[in-house]
Amino acid sequence: MGKIKPKRVEMAKRPVEERIKSFDEVALGYTEEEAIKEAERCLLCPKPTCVPACPVHIDIPGFIKWIQKGDFLQAVKVIKQDNPLPAVCGRVCPQEDQCEGSCVMGRKFEPIAIGRLERFVADYEAKVGNIEVQPVKEKRAEKVAIVGSGPSGLVCASQLAQMGYKVTVFESLHEFGGVLVYGIPQFRLPKDIVKREVEYIRKLGVEFVKNFFVGRTRTLDELMEEDGYEAVFIGTGAGLPRFQGIPGENLLGIYSANEFLTRINLMRGYKFPEYDTPVKVGNTVAVIGAGNVAMDAARSALRSGAKKVMILYRRTEKEMTARAEEAENAMEEGIEFHFLVNPVRYHGDENGWVKEVEVIKMRLGEPDESGRRRPIPIEGSEYRIPVDTVVVAIGQVPSPIIAQTTKGLKRHERRGTLLANEKTFATTKKGVFAGGDVVTGAATVILAAGAGKDAAKYIDYYLKNKDKPNIWEELTNS
Amino acid sequence: MGYKILFKEEVGPGAYRMIIEAPHVAKNAQPGQFIVLRVHEKGERIPLTISKADKENGEITIIFQVVGKSTKHLSLLNEGDELQDFLGPLGMPSEIDNFGTVVLIGGGFGTAVLYPMVAAYKEANNHVIVINGARNKDLLLLEKDLSQIADEYYVTTDDGSKGKKGFVTDMLKELIDKNVKIDRVFAVGPVIMMANVAKLTKQHNIKTIVSLNPIMVDGTGMCGSCRVEVGGKTKFACVDGPDFDAHEVNFDLLMKRLRMYRTEEKISLEKFEKEIQNG
Ligand SMILES: Cc1cc2nc3c(=O)[nH]c(=O)nc-3n(C[C@H](O)[C@H](O)[C@H](O)COP(=O)(O)OP(=O)(O)OC[C@H]3O[C@@H](n4cnc5c(N)ncnc54)[C@H](O)[C@@H]3O)c2cc1C
Ligand SMILES: Cc1cc2nc3c(=O)[nH]c(=O)nc-3n(C[C@H](O)[C@H](O)[C@H](O)COP(=O)(O)OP(=O)(O)OC[C@H]3O[C@@H](n4cnc5c(N)ncnc54)[C@H](O)[C@@H]3O)c2cc1C
Ligand code: FES
Repeated sequence: MGKIKPKRVEMAKRPVEERIKSFDEVALGYTEEEAIKEAERCLLCPKPTCVPACPVHIDIPGFIKWIQKGDFLQAVKVIKQDNPLPAVCGRVCPQEDQCEGSCVMGRKFEPIAIGRLERFVADYEAKVGNIEVQPVKEKRAEKVAIVGSGPSGLVCASQLAQMGYKVTVFESLHEFGGVLVYGIPQFRLPKDIVKREVEYIRKLGVEFVKNFFVGRTRTLDELMEEDGYEAVFIGTGAGLPRFQGIPGENLLGIYSANEFLTRINLMRGYKFPEYDTPVKVGNTVAVIGAGNVAMDAARSALRSGAKKVMILYRRTEKEMTARAEEAENAMEEGIEFHFLVNPVRYHGDENGWVKEVEVIKMRLGEPDESGRRRPIPIEGSEYRIPVDTVVVAIGQVPSPIIAQTTKGLKRHERRGTLLANEKTFATTKKGVFAGGDVVTGAATVILAAGAGKDAAKYIDYYLKNKDKPNIWEELTNS
Repeated sequence: MGYKILFKEEVGPGAYRMIIEAPHVAKNAQPGQFIVLRVHEKGERIPLTISKADKENGEITIIFQVVGKSTKHLSLLNEGDELQDFLGPLGMPSEIDNFGTVVLIGGGFGTAVLYPMVAAYKEANNHVIVINGARNKDLLLLEKDLSQIADEYYVTTDDGSKGKKGFVTDMLKELIDKNVKIDRVFAVGPVIMMANVAKLTKQHNIKTIVSLNPIMVDGTGMCGSCRVEVGGKTKFACVDGPDFDAHEVNFDLLMKRLRMYRTEEKISLEKFEKEIQNG
């Protein structure tokens, strides 16, 4: 490849002044020339370090080689062997912790922009390629139910349909895609991309049922015992918002990030009154937390008219869990970052509206179980910050509904996650598999997608061997 | 798909009964549960109590009062039209048992919520006393339906145009003063009414359940819009309720939270009314 090129090819972004006024996508993607130029930086290592760092082990040099040759459709084919959602993952994966974080170029120079290349070929395919559906070789009689239409459920459904099974996806909301439609905003992941994926999977023969809350509309047991589903994949995510449980948290103007983002994304609250669902965004907004969810909430608040948006985080910049690119975008857009502070109470006015958040200063102590240094409150350091709106983005846990309403389905006492075998995704209930955030707790799109894909293999194995004695012991003990 | 409106009737000024084709919802619906619907593609998700579930025919009856944009829009639909979305049954079913004598109190749109409860308590062999309250006689809902099932039926109006002049609590107090043995009270309606019922029954140590109506979005426990304080703890009314022990509820907070979108509700309704005028 000739000389080492230390710097990656920049990807065009919408200018700050323009982007903070709209929900249009911020990152604009590579052109063909840019993609080839970036691909040519890759050393095509014979023993690549990036591949093992990818949760689904995409053959990264394999697809980059095709980009170097200008055959983008071949490139995307290579990716799709391992990741069915490249247009999504190219945009939202924390590449700096995964493939790009392990790229040898990155030791001395800038790592190859693998995420941008992944995104480019996926968008290219959508634009010019004919994403044709291959007819399945062999039809199978068994019906499989997928609960939840997030990335884990979508990928599991797609894989099983290609194996010939009759697959139905049950979703409680009125749109399909899980967090990809209700959580991650348009300016990071345009809704059309998710629609495109859903339509493709529908073409594979998967039936999609919306407004169907498993556990209430029908229980899982009813689906299996009365409605004839022989296997079930649970991909219900981690949708239950956590609050700190501090005084004043129920004052008006204090949202969970899930509610705030759902009103804005799923319900299109940013287009009120054209759309009926309102969302309250005052002049001064405080977002509690510093993960992806917090960045999305902060940047959405800015785009919905807030004049001043603050991130309040109890640790420091170094411990933030958000994707590097999004934290950088947030800073560029003028979001203020306040580190080493933690809310202890909210103060409201006589009508119950939040007016101030009282925070306490923190310092970092010894590392905790997550390996990050534990924040410790500094006694007597409390002070108040005036606010009009607060968004609490300190994490989500799985909803207890599905475990509560299903016989024999067990969950982790403290974490609330469903118990499932790490390799086979088999739960404590025969015929029922689970993967994605509902098992791992809030994680990433690629891990959820990978779980859906691998679970499909074991669902297939189970259905082909279901009469074998001890099949469930085999699947739960491997 | 399609959630078709099979039947529509006006049951009072600005109050309607509709029967919706929704076999999935009807199958498992129990008294005290509700649905969330969207009228159209850009619509809000609004919660309404399941008034009746016909499992055989796969039909759900709802009764609603026009109070804002979404209920107004819903009231303009007709038989044969389809709703955009219809999700349910949601929430915990009410705890129905043979308690003895139960007083069921409904005010305003609460009377719509009350109706299926009256039938359910009756079916469980309770002695059922209903108190139906409204500002004036024209606003009284479901008089015929309720008086037919109830063992005792009382009406109160603020202006005295029908029944006893005063509030539902005045009627309840009269029963208590007459030493009627009341084993349980179930109340639903405006927050202030529920709060006053709770105050009264607490003095007399009568177990009281209220059905709370906070603003909801998803109705499945993933947003926290519906949070209420019960016994000092935060609960999500859509999955933990909507029924709660009245003596533990923070009604002041509920009342305030219901006002959160006052300005926007007005904008939305006015815009819609203009659109109707302009055809
Ligand atoms: C705001 C936000 C930003 C994020 N940003 C990133 C990012 O940049 N990069 C990244 O990798 N990850 C990100 N994540 C995390 C990522 O989105 C999740 O890890 C991933 O979506 C999990 O997928 P899943 O399939 O497990 O579930 P989900 O995507 O949570 O989908 C679950 C679906 O199941 C439905 N459901 C739940 N219960 C039931 C039921 N009982 N019956 C029927 N349906 C049900 C839900 O309505 C939902 O649609 C973000 C998350 C959030 C909230
Ligand atoms: C579990 C539950 C069951 C319900 N069952 C019924 C029912 O069977 N019949 C019925 O008529 N109504 C019922 N409601 C209330 C109904 O959901 C609201 O009236 C409706 O959402 C108002 O929508 P809108 O757009 O027409 O009015 P909006 O413009 O949203 O509001 C107009 C006015 O109504 C008030 N309001 C808004 N939301 C609610 C609410 N959730 N509860 C009470 N007042 C509200 C506002 O404060 C405002 O003053 C129920 C509510 C809940 C939570
Ligand atoms: S309405 Fe969203 S959690 Fe109850």
